Amino acid sequence: MTPSPANIFEQQQANRRNTILVMLLFVIFVGFLGFGFDVFLLGFGEGRRALIGFPVVTIAALLLGGISAVSSLQSGDSRVLSSSGASPASQDDPRFRQLHNIVEEMAIAAGTPKPSVYVIPDPDPNAFATGRDPQHATIAVTEGLLTALNRDELQAVIAHEMGHVRNYDIRLMTVVAALIGAVMLLSEFGLRSMRFGSGGRRSSSSRGGGSGGIILFVLWLVALILAPLVSRILALAVSRQREFLADASGAELTRNPGALASALQKIDAAVEPTRAIKKGTAHLCIANPLGSDIDDKEGFFADLFSTHPPIRKRIMLLKAMAYQHV
Amino acid sequence: MSVFLIFIIVVAVIVIWVILKYNGLVALRNQTENGWRQIDVQLKRRHDLIPNLINSVKGAMEFEQETLQKVIAARNAAVSAKGVADAAVKEGELSGVLSRLFALAENYPALKSNENVKQLQEELASTENKIGFARQFYNDIATKFNISQQVFPGNIIANLFRFAPRELFEIKEPGEREVPKVDLSLRP
Repeated sequence: MTPSPANIFEQQQANRRNTILVMLLFVIFVGFLGFGFDVFLLGFGEGRRALIGFPVVTIAALLLGGISAVSSLQSGDSRVLSSSGASPASQDDPRFRQLHNIVEEMAIAAGTPKPSVYVIPDPDPNAFATGRDPQHATIAVTEGLLTALNRDELQAVIAHEMGHVRNYDIRLMTVVAALIGAVMLLSEFGLRSMRFGSGGRRSSSSRGGGSGGIILFVLWLVALILAPLVSRILALAVSRQREFLADASGAELTRNPGALASALQKIDAAVEPTRAIKKGTAHLCIANPLGSDIDDKEGFFADLFSTHPPIRKRIMLLKAMAYQHV
Repeated sequence: MSVFLIFIIVVAVIVIWVILKYNGLVALRNQTENGWRQIDVQLKRRHDLIPNLINSVKGAMEFEQETLQKVIAARNAAVSAKGVADAAVKEGELSGVLSRLFALAENYPALKSNENVKQLQEELASTENKIGFARQFYNDIATKFNISQQVFPGNIIANLFRFAPRELFEIKEPGEREVPKVDLSLRP
């Protein structure tokens, strides 16, 4: 059941590739949104009617997209952490001593440096990992997780997160989290200025493009409206497949899959949504922080919109690893 | 001419392969070495923690002098152990008496409610875990190192440059492998 080293290596490679792919797609998407803005609102490409002679918004959007893609790699982790209200757990605080010990234990088991440890003041049990690579990683847990789980279970959850760290899931997911935020901002901005500028500049008679132009316009509008949804579906698809692997990697570190199964059961039983964790970072967590039932359902729509595979399926696989009867 | 060119290309490919394989083996050897050091770091930490633990429990556990003495003796034996095999045996004995001390401490309510002792117990329990995980990591990486030396054609490079397989860590005393006997038949 546990993935062989070759499998993990392949996964790391795939994650590095996917990170670049996602960033590229994002820049192209942003460029397309900017280009539509130029053509339809500023009249670029219509000769004398053009306000400015070159696609200024496209260039600005591409620049902005490129900068935010690169900066998401650099500082995406601190953005994710501050948005969930996480603060560093002091090593001297007796409440967090055990947490620090467990993180150190798992770092030793994974053979990586010890990640930074953050705590989120929220009573709902949840946890996530973020960062650029194993050398710059952070593991954040809620206060609820510390009170709800016993030592073995907490160790299992941290091991799952260390799995994400070691498999380079964190880099991909952090970039995705930061880019979703940027796409939402852009789409919001685009739709607002649409309302603003649609009456003036762009009347149907002035369009030289004919039906091709209309199709392009509709495409652009649809992209603008669906941008937040599409980027979220993309993030979810990337996230789900990684959860099973992180469960298996975690079990490989602790050699105790039963503890993770019982931790997941406890996290699942706490129906309260994790309020501190925003929608944009949901796919980073060990269990869906939005507390929706969708993760328990199977089927196409459930698959499309849930960040995590059904928790019962995960528990079942873990118990099978531990040779327990389901 | 073209035969010469092919010859050059073949030689170049072989040289590049040898370099890559050699560097891979060196990296693995260093990781294995590092994994081994990590075990020592954790063992040292345990040696440093034990005197503190004894000092904070000896007041409450005065009736268990014998056990406390045994812990101190085992700790000192482990500190002064010479060589890998000897250290493994001594550390194993130390683990045994320590877990016995923890089991006995359960009988002393004053200890269970003492924050200081609880903290020390957590530290020692965590150190025990870290020793275990450090050994686990060492075994994993050493296995990888050994496999890459033994499979064909990697074994040619390993033999050429005299790489030696690393010994895996295992429980040395026969006692630790046995399943503990638990008697649940409430006989007097």
